Amino acid sequence: MYDGGKIITGLVIGLALLLFPFFYTAGKAARAPERELTAKAKEAEKCIEATAFMKTGHMKLLDEWRDEVVRDADRYYTSNLTGEVHYKSIQVTCMECHSNKTKFCDRCHTYAGVDPFCWDCHIAPKESE
Amino acid sequence: MGVNRREFLKIAGLSTLVGLGGKTAFELLAPGELEAREAPLGEAQKWGMVVDMHKMDEPLMDKCIEACHRFHNVPNIGTPKEEVKWLWKETYHHSFPGRENEYLTEEVEEMPFLLLCNHCTNPPCVRVCPTKATFKREDGIVIMDMHRCIGCRFCMAACPYGSRSFNWGDPRKAPEALNPGFPWNPDYPTRSMGVVEKCNFCAERLAKGQYPACVEAAAEEVEGALVFGDLADPESEPRAVLREHYTIRRKPELGTGPNVFYVI
Repeated sequence: MYDGGKIITGLVIGLALLLFPFFYTAGKAARAPERELTAKAKEAEKCIEATAFMKTGHMKLLDEWRDEVVRDADRYYTSNLTGEVHYKSIQVTCMECHSNKTKFCDRCHTYAGVDPFCWDCHIAPKESE
Repeated sequence: MGVNRREFLKIAGLSTLVGLGGKTAFELLAPGELEAREAPLGEAQKWGMVVDMHKMDEPLMDKCIEACHRFHNVPNIGTPKEEVKWLWKETYHHSFPGRENEYLTEEVEEMPFLLLCNHCTNPPCVRVCPTKATFKREDGIVIMDMHRCIGCRFCMAACPYGSRSFNWGDPRKAPEALNPGFPWNPDYPTRSMGVVEKCNFCAERLAKGQYPACVEAAAEEVEGALVFGDLADPESEPRAVLREHYTIRRKPELGTGPNVFYVI
């Protein structure tokens, strides 16, 4: 091999650069943020569906809602959990309890690197802080 | 082995029977019943409006426009080229081209007309929309699904009434001086940059059994300036007005079937 020493040195340096981020952040995983409930949400104790489902499936529920409301004019949702009927609206219904968007929605969304465009149109509640 | 003729006829006969037992049989035996179960959104088959120009004046029109635009968070952009409008005023000549009779009465000649989406029976905007963002509901309302609009503006080219506006910018960045306190209605969304918007006959209010915002605003001043109801129901308020008065519609010759009528 011609110039074997140079090539191998180059490879080692290249590999080291490539793997640097992994070694640098090893063991320093960012902790999942805690979402914060408002007093009203705490008092209600349960959301419209089970908490586990809401954590993993709220986006699917909202996606179904938006189609059902706009396209089928089906504006009311009956909870499988409590049997209560709710007005299908992120802006009016969800945000009434979860009026702390920055601490309830944004924290996890930022952590997960998702950027939902709900708020381009739907109006987020005013937060005092 | 193929199917011989006798077997084929047997299968064909059986499939016909099965077909008859489905939706078709329902319709043959109990016409209308299936439709009634599948059909209506809201309580009308064909929402429509009558604008009584004898009872309208310009301040009242402004009041209706204000009520509509405040309710739906429609900002005043300030420039006619980029304006967004759901309900607006226009002269007779611009509203009813082809009806430009000479020697018109002063009232007709001078007065602006209150214009809005005609919620056509045969809406051209719906036909051209490539994503089906604009569609016609079963109660006759031509409505937009903003989640689907890609801002291609085919609908704006198709609509012969200029009922559609494009958001050239973010409505929330509309000039603050012209829109103090925007967005005004915290219960209704704004739109985003790059979508088309238009009057939706207040579908969200109708769902709660309320009249459209403009109709409600007009009724505070004059009884019957804007008459809203089901055009398919002969007993409805707009049908009563249509029976008693001569009315005109905007460009009916285009075959769009506009559902907003003007008493002049």
